[in-house]
Formats: sequence, C-alpha cells, structure tokens
Amino acid sequence: MNNQPVLDVSQLKTYFYLGENRVAKAVDNISFSIFPGETVALVGESGSGKSITALSIMQLINKPGRIVDGTITMNDQKLLELKPKQMTNIRGNDIAMIFQEPMTALNPVYTIGSQITEILRKHKKMNKKDAHQEAIELLKVVGIPRPKEILKEYPHQLSGGMRQRVMIAMAISCEPQLLIADEPTTALDVTIQAQILDLMAEMQKKFQMSLLLITHDLGVVYEYTDRVMVMYGGQIVEQAATKELLKLTKHPYTQGLLASLPNLDEDVERLGTIKGTVPPAYSFPHGCRFSSRCPYVMEKCTQSNPELREYDTGHFVRCYLYENGGSIK
Amino acid sequence: MYQYIIRRILVFIPMLLALSIIVFGLAKAAPGDPLSGKIVDPNIDLAVYEQQREALGLNKSIPVQYFNWASSVARGDFGESIAYKGRSVQSLITERIVNTLYLGLVALGITLVVAIPIGIYSARNPYSPLDYGATTFGFFGLATPNFFFGLVAIYLLSINLGWFPAQGTTSSTGLSGFAEFKDRIHHMVLPGLTLGLAGTATYMRYMRSEVLDVLGSDYIRTAKAKGMSDRNVLYKHTLRNAMIPIITLMGFEFGALLSGAIITEQVFNFPGLGTLFLSSITNHDYPVIMAIALLLGVAILIGNLLADIFYSIVDPRIRYD
Repeated sequence: MNNQPVLDVSQLKTYFYLGENRVAKAVDNISFSIFPGETVALVGESGSGKSITALSIMQLINKPGRIVDGTITMNDQKLLELKPKQMTNIRGNDIAMIFQEPMTALNPVYTIGSQITEILRKHKKMNKKDAHQEAIELLKVVGIPRPKEILKEYPHQLSGGMRQRVMIAMAISCEPQLLIADEPTTALDVTIQAQILDLMAEMQKKFQMSLLLITHDLGVVYEYTDRVMVMYGGQIVEQAATKELLKLTKHPYTQGLLASLPNLDEDVERLGTIKGTVPPAYSFPHGCRFSSRCPYVMEKCTQSNPELREYDTGHFVRCYLYENGGSIK
Repeated sequence: MYQYIIRRILVFIPMLLALSIIVFGLAKAAPGDPLSGKIVDPNIDLAVYEQQREALGLNKSIPVQYFNWASSVARGDFGESIAYKGRSVQSLITERIVNTLYLGLVALGITLVVAIPIGIYSARNPYSPLDYGATTFGFFGLATPNFFFGLVAIYLLSINLGWFPAQGTTSSTGLSGFAEFKDRIHHMVLPGLTLGLAGTATYMRYMRSEVLDVLGSDYIRTAKAKGMSDRNVLYKHTLRNAMIPIITLMGFEFGALLSGAIITEQVFNFPGLGTLFLSSITNHDYPVIMAIALLLGVAILIGNLLADIFYSIVDPRIRYD
C-alpha cells in the first residue's frame, strides 16, 4: 500500500450552533487517513456523526453547522483553505459522493441524461455530443440496459436500484480518487443491495478509487472493507483492519454492535442490545461519551474522556479498560 | 394532452351554466329593478314605467327571464344595456376590457418583478435583515385592504408629492405615439401598485418557502456534490422545482386580478371593467352584469386550465392521459 494518503483528515471539528448556547458537537476532533485503493468503513449508530463527517469532507455542511477546526488534505492541497468556487472543482471531480436515498437524490424535473452530462461538461469540459456519448458508456458500465432510452427518461420512471446505478454512474464519471458512499444500500431491497455493493467494488477496482463506505451493516463491513473506523458521539472510538476489529473487538461499543447481530451458529432467544440511545450531540455525558451506556463503566470513565490509543499494531481504541494492559471477557 | 384540453374545455359549459344561474338569481334577488330608485319625474306618467317594464320583460317570472336571456346568449347575442340606452353589451365591454387588461398586466408585472427576486433572496439568506424586512412587508401587504392602500397612495404620491395622476387612464386626448404610451403607463402606476400589492406579498411568501424547501432537498445536495456552481444549482436545479406551486397560484391570479380590479378601479376612477360592473349592479343593468360575470368565470377557468398545462410542461411527473 502506498504511504501517501489520498485523503488526510486531521482534528476535524464540525459543530452545529443550535441557539441558546447549545452547541451540537456532531464531529468532534476526528483524524484519519485514507490510502489509495483502500476501502474504509465508517460505522456507527444513527446520530454518531458518520454522515456529518462525510459532508464535512465535501464541505456541504448547511447552517447552523460549521466546520470549526481541523485540516482536510488531498494531494497536498488543504481543502478547507480553498475558496468556495475552487471547491466546486474538487467536488464531483476528485471526491464524489453517493447518498442514501436514491428516490430523492436525483432532480425530478430533469432527464437522467441532463443530470449525467452536466457533470461531464463541468469537470471534463466536454461538448454536448461527447458528453452524451460518454453518458451512454457510463450507463453501460454500471449495468443499465437500454442506456440510450434511459438517458431520455426522468428519475420517477426508474426503480430505486436503477437510480442508485445512475448515481454511481455520475459519481465515477470523472474518475474521482475518492468515492464516499453514505449508506448507499440502506433504502434498497435486500436483493438489490448486494448488486449495488458488488458494482461499487467493481468500479473501485476498475478506476482504482479509494472508497469511504458509511454503513451500519457489519455484514457489509466484513465483506467489502479493508479497514474499519467505529464512530460514537462524534468521535472515533475504535479503528483497525476489518478482520482484526471483528475478531479481536476491543471497545465495549463495538462489542455491543456485534452482539446485536444475529449469528447462525448460536441459538439465542434474544439478540443483544446496547441499552439506551445515543445521547444528543449537545449533551454528551461528562467523561467518556459512551459511559452512560457502557456495561463496564468505571469511575474514571465518568470523569475524563479517554484518548484514542494504539494498543496493538494498527488497532486504536478509545477506552480506559485497556490502559494498563487490561482486557475484558 | 390535446384530448385532455378539449375535455376540460367541454366541462366549461356546464360550469358556466351553473354560474350564470347563480349570478342571475342573486341579481334578481336584490330588491328593485332598472326603473326603480330613480327620482320620479312628475312629467312622466307612472303607467309609462309599467309599459317600459313590460317592454323589457321585467314582469315575467324569473325563470322565464333567465331562459330568454340564456337563449339569446347561446345565439351569441348578449343584448343591449339598459342603463346605457342603445348600446350593445359587447361594445360596452370591449371598450372597457382593454383598460382592465392593461391594468392587470401592469399589476402582474410589478408583482413578478418585485416578488420573485425578493422571495429567492429571502430564501437564500433566511433571517437576514432584508428577509425580515420582506416578511414585514409581506404581512403588511396581505393585511392592508386594496382600497385603503389606494387611498393612501393617492394622498401621498399624488396629492402631496404630485408624482402620479390620481385618476383616469390618460390626461389628454391630444397625445399620440410614444407620448401617449408614456402617459398611459404613468396613469397606470398607482392603480397597478394597488392591485398588485396583495399578489406581491403572496408570491414573495410562497417563493421564499418554496425555494427554502427545495434548497434543503436531497437532489440539491446531489447537485452540489457534483461540483455544480451556485448559479447552476439555483437557476437550473432549484428554480424549476420551486416554480411548480407558483404556477397554481398564477392560475388563480388570472381571475383574481380581474375581480380585484373592481375595487381598485373604483378608487382610481379608472374606466375599466370593474367600474362598469359596479355601476351595472347599482343600475340593475342585468345584461351587463351577466356578461361580465360570465367573463370573469371564463377567465378563472382558463387561468386554471393554463396552470394545468404549464404544470405538465414544467413537471415531467405530471401526465394527462
């Protein structure tokens, strides 16, 4: 693996200013790198800050949210220092993004063709005719039958799976170095989910992209990703190579996530759950943010928030349990 | 599509029939007739009034009167005005309708030119000083009655400042060409503003909420994620979607402008359809009342039909088959 990361995020903070002195720290001091050709999973419950992290990279945070601090570096370019107009040349071109809801992610009043060609014309400076030709090729690549006719159709005439294929076609159209997929299959039928994920894996190989896959499906994580980052309360709580993380799970939160999955080998009455819900981002507990739900909570946990530390090679955990060579189980 | 339009136009006929019955019934329900309420001229024998009533058919039963009126309208004859003796209803209306249409166009023009850009600005900069200003103006515009705003406008801009004429459509008949056009526009500004006020406020509010809504939608985020420029996101991806509900509003506006003109024209003593309609009502001039009522009905129906047609052009999800 190349040592120069495609994307480097360092100490990123994205806060939402909700008024009355309430600040939601949706992303709070996150650092990570993504290397060429790598597939990285970003895992966590709803409200853990996964999507906000992705949107922060794209700089698509809407008010009252704001990127408060940190650096995002891509090809030695500090993205947060770019002017808004320069950033439009990065989006869709160097970093592309696919969203969760294919049903609403395409503009209902324009044809598929119009929506694919506009990105080609913007970033690749193609003329109308070439862009049209290229759009047909792209639709073929993502496995859409009758591409010529589909270009003339409107989003409402396509199924959810087809629309997500169109989204992928748009995302890969400018051969980005990084593709961010924010729960790309959550809204799709189970049978279509695997097709779309396989297609993304295929595209990733073909165009040698890096992929940041946001998901809460640990099955998907196991099958498709090289490395996992687990997010909780706007912070990364555990990070490791996929196989390592799933086998030698360290953080109690990650263990809770895994325990909530059905396992065919074991006969259990009830699946495991993590008690409680993610606390709102404007009122995290003092100390470790997971302390209010953690089964192993100690006094220390409620007093200060542990650092993200490397306990095994490449295996980072934010938990006091492992501080003095300790372990659980 | 064409079949749909033809079907819609055919539906006009029973609707207009129902409308005419209601309007005729209401007009007749008002006490008095064209010959009552006048100062009795001592030189005219009361029997002459009765003869006149007989001649005009006012003594027949109301259904018979309606049937007589309807059957001549079906033949394309709207009859003669009772108040303006010897003048056909058609000639009276064609003389006035041009003024009202121009007034309506000016009002609509002011509405769109003011409301849409401000609405878009407000949506893009919500809770900014200008947005608050526009919101305040919006509620002011919606809450102020037409006639009151007209009177205040006359008092301030016409009587005190003398910028605009207070009434009529032209100041002299001797003008021609561009000078005449300028003079007519000059006369149209105050009534146009007055007539357009409520519409401006409404459109501004609608435009703001629609654009705000669309800007928050997933496909706008997609467009931004593709690296589209702010201009492209606004003019291509946002506006067309935001205009869809505005088109419905415009359909109603067609009829609303004509009927709103009734009061505005009265305030500015503007010789349009509205003043004719009001004077016809006080004169019990049934043929004119009925003709104008039908015209307003047709205007509203056509406005809605046009809105539906534009709908299907702007929004591909709508198909009329």
